[in-house]
Amino acid sequence: MTTDERVDTTRAAVFDALTSELELAGSHLALGDDLWIRVSRDAWVDTFKHLRDKHGCKWFDFLSAIDWMPSPFGRSMDSEVDTIVHGKDSKEPDAMATGVAGGETRFQLLARVYNVVEHWGVTVKADLPDDDLSIATLIPVFAGANWHEREAMEMFGIEFVGHPNPRKLYLPGAFEGFPLRKDFPLLARMVKPWPGIVDVEQMPGETEEEAEAGTEGGDAA
Amino acid sequence: MTMTEREQLRYIAAQAADARVNLELETEGMTLNIGPQHPATHGTLRVLVKLDGEQVVAAEPIMGYMHRGYEKLSEMRTYPQVTTLINRIDWLGSFANEVPFILAAEKLMDVEAPPRAQHIRTILFELARIANVVLFLGDMAVQVGAITPVFFAFRDREHILNMIESATGGRFHPNFDRIGGIKDDLPKGWIEETRGALKRIEAFCDEMETLVLGNEIFQTRTRGIGVIPSDVALQYGMSGANLRATGVDWDLRRDAPCGLVYDKVDWKVWTHPDGDSFARYWVRLQETREACKILDQLLGTIPAGPIMAKVPRIIKVPAGEAYVETENPLGAMGYYIVSKGELVPFRLKIRSASFSNISVTPWLLRGVYLPDVITILASLYFILGDIDR
Amino acid sequence: MNVLANILDPYWAKTIVRVVGALAFAILIAGTLVYVYLFKAVSFMQSRLGPMEAGPQGSMQLLAEVGKFLQKEDIYPTKADRLLFKAAPYVVFMSTFLLVLIIPFGPDAWFANLDVGIYFALSVSSISVIGILMAGWSSANKYSLLGGLRAAGQLIAYELPLVLAVVGVVIQAGTLNMQGIVGAQANGEIFGFGGIGNPYILTQFVGFAIFMISMQAELTQTPFDMPIAESELVAGYLTEYSGMRFLLFFIAEFATAGVFSAIAAVLFLGGWSLPGLHWESLGDVSNVMNVVGPLVLIGKVMVLSFIIFWVRFTFPRFREDQLQRLAWKFLIPISLVNIAATAVLKVAF
Repeated sequence: MTTDERVDTTRAAVFDALTSELELAGSHLALGDDLWIRVSRDAWVDTFKHLRDKHGCKWFDFLSAIDWMPSPFGRSMDSEVDTIVHGKDSKEPDAMATGVAGGETRFQLLARVYNVVEHWGVTVKADLPDDDLSIATLIPVFAGANWHEREAMEMFGIEFVGHPNPRKLYLPGAFEGFPLRKDFPLLARMVKPWPGIVDVEQMPGETEEEAEAGTEGGDAA
Repeated sequence: MTMTEREQLRYIAAQAADARVNLELETEGMTLNIGPQHPATHGTLRVLVKLDGEQVVAAEPIMGYMHRGYEKLSEMRTYPQVTTLINRIDWLGSFANEVPFILAAEKLMDVEAPPRAQHIRTILFELARIANVVLFLGDMAVQVGAITPVFFAFRDREHILNMIESATGGRFHPNFDRIGGIKDDLPKGWIEETRGALKRIEAFCDEMETLVLGNEIFQTRTRGIGVIPSDVALQYGMSGANLRATGVDWDLRRDAPCGLVYDKVDWKVWTHPDGDSFARYWVRLQETREACKILDQLLGTIPAGPIMAKVPRIIKVPAGEAYVETENPLGAMGYYIVSKGELVPFRLKIRSASFSNISVTPWLLRGVYLPDVITILASLYFILGDIDR
Repeated sequence: MNVLANILDPYWAKTIVRVVGALAFAILIAGTLVYVYLFKAVSFMQSRLGPMEAGPQGSMQLLAEVGKFLQKEDIYPTKADRLLFKAAPYVVFMSTFLLVLIIPFGPDAWFANLDVGIYFALSVSSISVIGILMAGWSSANKYSLLGGLRAAGQLIAYELPLVLAVVGVVIQAGTLNMQGIVGAQANGEIFGFGGIGNPYILTQFVGFAIFMISMQAELTQTPFDMPIAESELVAGYLTEYSGMRFLLFFIAEFATAGVFSAIAAVLFLGGWSLPGLHWESLGDVSNVMNVVGPLVLIGKVMVLSFIIFWVRFTFPRFREDQLQRLAWKFLIPISLVNIAATAVLKVAF
């Protein structure tokens, strides 16, 4: 068996073990790729403790969040601004509402740990209700979660209960707002709107029509 | 904002109280700012240090002076445009930044780059590693006080940058990787010239081993300084040479190749059991030598074929989520792409190595002498673009 | 010749000549060392060329630097103690200047022939510690304070090995007078063989090594440059100095290097005399040596300075406590043993 196949078998075995040991709100196993599980907010810390102690996932990869609301400011196919400017695209957007492991709320917390001995990792997600964006801190389980949680705090406005040092990490102290939320506009693009699907510029000597014509077809980027 | 008179009086009284406290020799320690403008920090990192004489009581890195908001920007850029942005995260080995992102996007699109493209990607990946780590080998010497090796490092690194430039067009920001393959094929005579450049790097590594590693003063300054036990390192998410220097045998090139051709090459992973600053320097020196050996084998076996798979000109990545992590020069770097089937990523989470590597410093720097703070920061080897994104 | 002797007869005339000559020597030696070693030798060691534009091979670079420093704005921090801040460079330079006075350049070419020559030199060189402390403290800057305190500790610690290394030489020469030491080396014998005299580098090699190490520390050069540790403290006690004041510190540093090398040359290498030159009394030495002697001495200075700067550009630096440990636990005991051995051998032979 090659390394990949061995890791895959381990991954599948772990998937079965986790499905039986924990109460999963959702899960997704992509063979040859990765493993996702979704747990409830209250089981967040216990899940990681379980993964660290019982399954040997001792390496803390990262912790972040996803805001699933489509951006009201455009640049995605189903946003108002783009359909007005460019017209409705003929192809309908794919119907992935939230995440590979399911999820119902707008904010979803995302963290990943890894087993350095058996070489597989698991991505854990948890839904956060819109009216109460708080969750227990992971620092007692993984000390490295400290800075990741501070970043999620300032970027999304999520509160981590029990964090010893809930100060901003990147942003200056007087910053207002939570930048990575979808309703926080990227000001550069407010001032100068998206120029459209332009990935070809005029070559010296070409006219604009020739450049436009080169956009269609072609095989290599 | 103007202060009321009462506030002003209160402020003055507080200042006077402070002065009185400092006058009585009950000195409660000095707070020193190392940075953000400082020769020792690689960029604008500020370390707030509370000193008791020359010993550190508490240390806290404060960052964000170079935060460029890449994750927010990526939500408004098409995938090829994002490649331009992420080149600038780790700017010393910048081809390496593109690789995990492209691999994740290729995973979502279910596209595999042709073998020749994978091979050349690996070659450029290793060249980026050499360019990055060679600078570290000279730079740590400067932080410890020896001013000469860094000039040799820059001189020999030029040859690698010349090779990267002749292949990709850019010394520091190649922007060469594309979803499905690479942008151009290699120029004629490139392989021979790169072999010549590698010989210089090997000579440089030998020089550094005698000049720096063998120097008794360097050893006195780095042995036993900044010891990180391996379980602490794993908890904090440290990766790369920092983790291997604590004895953990883990290298993503060997254990999760995914799209790069390391399984076709005969090479070795170096670890060191000590976990101190000397170990970190030693491991990186050996890794540079190993990278030269890997490149030696790769340069002789490039398969013929196309360099680009069949991908549409305008790239719409299908819906899904993917995470790919690779062994970048600084550590384990990963990109978590959430795509909704559009031209732009819906959410791009960049997992940068130096962010986790530096998160151990508040724990590590307690009770350490001030000169050792500099040595430890130099041995952890961070790049501000990687921390701040 | 007689007219010159008459003009220079009154004491004030001699004093003016001494002061001007000593200043000229100090500045010239500093300039030479800066150009040859700091501009050119270090560049060649680091595989680059150094200044090449100003003058042939960059020789006029120094004039350009002086001009640049002279036209800079006089800046000092608001909170700095003005008097101390301004006086500090002069204090340091003064200690160098006083050191120049006791160096013998030839049988009759000297500024002051003190009977306590070397003792005077060692005591006067300690004044620079006060200057550095003044600079560090009065700058109202935490980095400068750290650098100044480190410097004080280091310089005081390394004074002792310096003095003790010299004691061995004095025992062998039997005199504190610098000319006397030159004579003792030129006319002495090693175990009966008197061909090349008795340069103390051969018989006092331990003392020589200790003297060179302590000299490196007294000059705050790497590996002992904690006070200036460039990558940590920006510039240590020199951080807030710019313009002319910085230039004074700079000149003082290199002049001290040159002067200490000259003292080392006199103590260990035989000073201005050449091997093979013997005399009964100083009057016997021909007048040619008054011209050749300075050149010989400067040649020896360049050799010793090369060692200082070579080590400076190669080695990393010690941490403060490792530095102190080296001085107190290592150098001082060895130099004491050296003195004991010298005394025994002097009496026995």
